[in-house]
Amino acid sequence: MNFLKKERTKDANYISAKESRAISKENKKITDEIEKKRKRKHIPEEEYVTKMKNPDNVVEFDNVHTYFFTDIGTVKSVDGVSFEVPQGKTVGIVGESGCGKSVTSLSLMQLVQRPQGQTVEGEIRFNMGDHAVNVVNAPMDMMQKLRGNQMSMIFQEPMTSLNPVFRIGMQVDEVIALHNPQMSKEEVKKRTIEMLQMVGIANSEGVYKMYPHELSGGMRQRICIAMGLACSPKLIIADEPTTALDVTIQAQILDLLRGLKNKINSSIMLITHDLGVIAEMADYVVVMYAGRVVEKGTVQEIFKSPKHPYTVGLMASKPVVGKDIDRLYSIPGKVPNPVNMPDYCYFRDRCEMCVEACKGKYPEQTVLSPTHVVNCYRYSESSGSNGNDKKEMKEVQ
Amino acid sequence: MKTASEPLKQNEDNILEVSHLKKYFPIKGGVFSNVVGQVKAVDDVSFSIKRGTTMGLVGESGCGKSTAGRTLLRLIDKTDGNVLFNGTDIYALSKKEMRTLRPKMQIIFQDPYSSLSPRLPIGEIIGEAVREHKLVPKDELDDYITKIMASCGLQTYHKDRYPHEFSGGQRQRICIARALALNPEFIVCDEPVSALDVSIQAQIINLLKDLQEEYGLTYLFISHDLSVVEHISDTVGVMYLGNIVEIGATEDIFANPLHPYTKALFSAIPMPDPDAKPNRIILEGSIPSPANPPAGCKFHTRCKDCMEICKTQEPIAKDMGNGHVVKCHLYN
Ligand SMILES: Nc1ncnc2c1ncn2[C@@H]1O[C@H](COP(=O)(O)OP(=O)(O)O)[C@@H](O)[C@H]1O
Ligand code: SF4
Ligand code: SF4
Ligand SMILES: [Mg+2]
Repeated sequence: MNFLKKERTKDANYISAKESRAISKENKKITDEIEKKRKRKHIPEEEYVTKMKNPDNVVEFDNVHTYFFTDIGTVKSVDGVSFEVPQGKTVGIVGESGCGKSVTSLSLMQLVQRPQGQTVEGEIRFNMGDHAVNVVNAPMDMMQKLRGNQMSMIFQEPMTSLNPVFRIGMQVDEVIALHNPQMSKEEVKKRTIEMLQMVGIANSEGVYKMYPHELSGGMRQRICIAMGLACSPKLIIADEPTTALDVTIQAQILDLLRGLKNKINSSIMLITHDLGVIAEMADYVVVMYAGRVVEKGTVQEIFKSPKHPYTVGLMASKPVVGKDIDRLYSIPGKVPNPVNMPDYCYFRDRCEMCVEACKGKYPEQTVLSPTHVVNCYRYSESSGSNGNDKKEMKEVQ
Repeated sequence: MKTASEPLKQNEDNILEVSHLKKYFPIKGGVFSNVVGQVKAVDDVSFSIKRGTTMGLVGESGCGKSTAGRTLLRLIDKTDGNVLFNGTDIYALSKKEMRTLRPKMQIIFQDPYSSLSPRLPIGEIIGEAVREHKLVPKDELDDYITKIMASCGLQTYHKDRYPHEFSGGQRQRICIARALALNPEFIVCDEPVSALDVSIQAQIINLLKDLQEEYGLTYLFISHDLSVVEHISDTVGVMYLGNIVEIGATEDIFANPLHPYTKALFSAIPMPDPDAKPNRIILEGSIPSPANPPAGCKFHTRCKDCMEICKTQEPIAKDMGNGHVVKCHLYN
């Protein structure tokens, strides 16, 4: 039985045309229904107006499932993700490519590629002051308002969010005018120049007249940040904002983000695979693996006492400047096929710290402290291997 | 210092000696595509690499790392300077002689996908050049490929598969196997792990280290990731705008960086420790264009230690002991 399952997993990309057509038909049925619901003219308020669990949070992800209905099967990119972003704090989301970091943030913005991509379950509550909006069910015009005014997104490759044929000034003007319809043309321009100065562009009058290609990657990222902050958002979502940049430029941009966050008192959801960037910027850390949160905690908890074998492995895989080690720890194997996830711990096939209990179904959450939780049998009461875990993990490294 | 007329002699311990290497790219402009300027991508670079060791080359994007790597392999022509490989002046070789030497000097790239032909199965990709150069007898070729693939962590049944069926890390293994199959002595690794996830990076770095030990390989490891470079290299060169501004043993460079640029670069590395208090030297502005580099010390426009002399006179390279060489007026 087990063998059969393996075979199917390996060849998940090679299903027959007939099978594929059948899946495609089934998908259309599912997505059509969701789309129909979403496109209703009047969506009653009770479907999306709700309350925050904790009014000090800006966002609460609550058991969010976002799937892609593809011709080779359903990709469960985000499969039951829960975490919150407290006001004024930075939450870092780490994990390898494809683990669902981006789809999580796109689900919040409702920018997942539709119709094949859909949030099919769970709530994403966004704090509106006296009430909350569950963005999963929110009407589209409301989302549009939220996106510009309350939350904004900064991407890895700034060139893709800038239009190459328009001057910088015009593009920033447009965003500012959109949020401030009462402003005159001159006021808009003045505000644009101010924004450019705020993000550390010295020659802002000159840059106002330039085209995107005339600027370096770091400068372009500054422009995107300026546009993102034009509305003083409550939440900044930064998806690998410095990955394409050199370290010296990265240092400038991180500095800028930190400063601006404090200035406009917003929260940041920072997505990156760089543990150094997370350690430096984040207050809380969420570790994702194969579409699920496997561990979360404060930055101190995650870096000083990482618990999940994946978190531990990730930290041991990366050389650290000034720390001499002969050989890097490398997590064996690779991420399981997203179309055919196993019914046991998703990390088990790569885990070198399995205990007897790991043969069972996917592990439940274990609460280690009010802020620190992990999904791993090593820490669940029943398996009782709590005392010596640390020692054994050291041995693996 | 060597002059052009002196006969070129190489230290036996070194596999590679690069002296005063320059590579300028013409900038064409105007209606008739006249040459209107030059991009000085590599501008008088000298270093040597000891056999069986790894030299790391670091610096920000566009500083000339890849061009240096390609020019010293003669994959692109030099503008000036010399490259000695095992005592042979590779730029003095005929095309045919260079072809014979080629297997000994290999390169692997950042993006393993674009450098693999999508229409060839893996076995063919790895064996193609081996056959062409007649490195092993025909009837042994298949076994040879199997063996090379195994050393790179690939399975025999992968032979008949195509590149698109592999993940990024596996593809990089294929590229490494293809280079290794030619029985090279020297491999330029140009950002080989930059596009890979952290856990996969570790696998590839470990593989490169194992192969070095097993086959006595020498690497030039180009990367902008300083922690990876520190981990894998014996010596490190730091480039800025086409110059090597500091070079030396890895321990010396990381424990005691001397050049103001090296110091700024190292201070920018984010540490995976929430208690680390970064003492950043924030560099103002961005890298000037290599088509129009600043006079004197090329770093003077961004250097907080800049003196009058720096604006007009280029500093010369000075050995501060143990082969730790720095190019800065603070030490002249
Ligand atoms: N438009 C799409 N269609 C199908 N699958 C997608 C699409 N976008 C993302 N995915 C899949 O969702 C999973 C998670 O992707 P992503 O969130 O981009 O990961 P990360 O940001 O962590 O690298 C991956 O398996 C990816 O292939
Ligand atoms: S539950 Fe078991 S297999 Fe999964 S990560 Fe924990 S120890 Fe490893
Ligand atoms: S030579 Fe002068 S400008 Fe250049 S790095 Fe040294 S001190 Fe700075
Ligand atoms: Mg992503």
